[in-house]
Amino acid sequence: MEKRVVFQGRWLPALLLLPQLTITVAFFFVPAGQALYQSLFRQDAFGLSMVWVGLDNFRMLWEDPAYLASFRTTAIFALGVTLLGLAAGLLLAWFADRLLRAATLIRTLIIWPYAIAPAIAGVLWMFLFNPSLGLVSFWLKALGIHWNYLLRSDQALLLVVLIAAWKQVSYNFLFFLAGLQSIPKSLIEAAAIDGAGVWQRFCSIVFPLLAPTTFFLLVINMVYAFFDTFAIIDAVTQGGPFSSTEILVYKVYRDGFHGLDFGGSAAQSVILMMLVIGLTILQFRYVERKVNY
Amino acid sequence: MVENRRWLDVLTWIVLLGGVIAVGLPVYVTFIASTLDAQEVLRTPMPLVPGTHLLENYSRVLGRGVGESAIPVSSMLLNSLWMALGVAFGKIAVSLLSAFAIVYFRFPLRKLAFCLIFVTLMLPVEVRIMPTYQVVSSLGLINTRLGMILPIIASATATFLFRQFFLSVPDELAEAARVDGASPLRFFFDTLLPLSATTLAALFVIQFIYGWNQYLWPLLITTDRNLVPVVVGLTQMISRSGDAATNWNLVMATVMLAMLPPALVVILMQRWFVKGLVDSEK
Repeated sequence: MEKRVVFQGRWLPALLLLPQLTITVAFFFVPAGQALYQSLFRQDAFGLSMVWVGLDNFRMLWEDPAYLASFRTTAIFALGVTLLGLAAGLLLAWFADRLLRAATLIRTLIIWPYAIAPAIAGVLWMFLFNPSLGLVSFWLKALGIHWNYLLRSDQALLLVVLIAAWKQVSYNFLFFLAGLQSIPKSLIEAAAIDGAGVWQRFCSIVFPLLAPTTFFLLVINMVYAFFDTFAIIDAVTQGGPFSSTEILVYKVYRDGFHGLDFGGSAAQSVILMMLVIGLTILQFRYVERKVNY
Repeated sequence: MVENRRWLDVLTWIVLLGGVIAVGLPVYVTFIASTLDAQEVLRTPMPLVPGTHLLENYSRVLGRGVGESAIPVSSMLLNSLWMALGVAFGKIAVSLLSAFAIVYFRFPLRKLAFCLIFVTLMLPVEVRIMPTYQVVSSLGLINTRLGMILPIIASATATFLFRQFFLSVPDELAEAARVDGASPLRFFFDTLLPLSATTLAALFVIQFIYGWNQYLWPLLITTDRNLVPVVVGLTQMISRSGDAATNWNLVMATVMLAMLPPALVVILMQRWFVKGLVDSEK
């Protein structure tokens, strides 16, 4: 889409664009370029010498079991967060949509976790699930479940998935509710008159009509689980126990700032950037299709 | 309602109540914990009714902070406010101008400028953390408020939202302004800006929360404790060595204080917030 009516001038638009472009180049393109550059070198921990190693850093990552394990952890984590968050969001939105007028009240009661910082969400849940004094741990113990996420890898991963999904439910809920409210009620009524039950209507009418929303949320949730959950991991498990919750963004940070492996960290950054760009392309392919509807 | 089904109505309320509880329980328990004293909070199970130490705990954290050589939470909150407002206003200002240039002008390299901004759309700072840190440190911006804010501003979401909105503004308005001999900037300030009020409010809410909730970036860049925002300061109050070393009642009071401002912004500006989120999808 383009404007028919435009203003004249060359210097003014350049001036207007200057702040954004300066920031983008300084804090986006230069770092990205630097990551690409550093990923081809091996550096000592003091930054005194750099040796050209070509694609060695990438090859080492490929052969590093810890990195592959981190990939696997990220995949399980992202899948868990996305599925759980989407299912809970859709469930709540579908029921809230039935309430018509009261839906706004419910919306207010459900959307506010969006405002909670991931790190704070981590602290909230860490307190509930604290092995020795957490309230939920106490309940679990009463049920005969031995809960200690500080020692057991599976429980640690489960906990961070729960926290990350919990924080994202409000967002998914909001979009599903908006999607449901835009489905014409006449469609649902027509199906009801034809004798379709609640479940049948959901499967053959509501869910297909929600497909664009679902797909959009799928991508957004993936991006969220991959990149925005750093603070949750750092606050709750710090990647442990035994690296069982060390997702890719966490590993980039640890290897870079604690391990001082600049080349390896840069190579990981490059791989992550390619991942995001892939997801962005996926997203925009879909947006274009939606415009053509 | 399409039909009346008693069981479905009952189920509706059960599910929604369950949802509201699942969302609210952690915060309720946090609030309770923030009203107890140091012994009560360590009891298992923890009491589920408010204690009597609410004022004491909150004034303690606001005034003195938690732990050895602590800084007061009130100054952490101010740091967060700075950061949130800086990110919100900075991002809005920068993207308003660039969106205006891209939509209302034709100039060489316009497509290129657009693409340069476009690529940054989804790449969070976490991904390029190490090199961004190196850039900021070579600019001498470590431990400065500017350094905390600037790298966060480099993203394209807001630019796209404004571009989208400007494209929906009728061409006749710009035409009329041109015929009347108004300069582009005059048109921008007198016509376009007032029309963008709702988009501005929506973006403000989202960016304010985004800035307030930043964690990794301020964690790395603020070694000066006086600059630490509350979200970062809070996690540093929790001892990793053992539960007894953590003053949970005071930590939880800090959690409540850290959550309050963004939660209020979302609840009070709900209409714009919802609009902002749903619009930025398009």
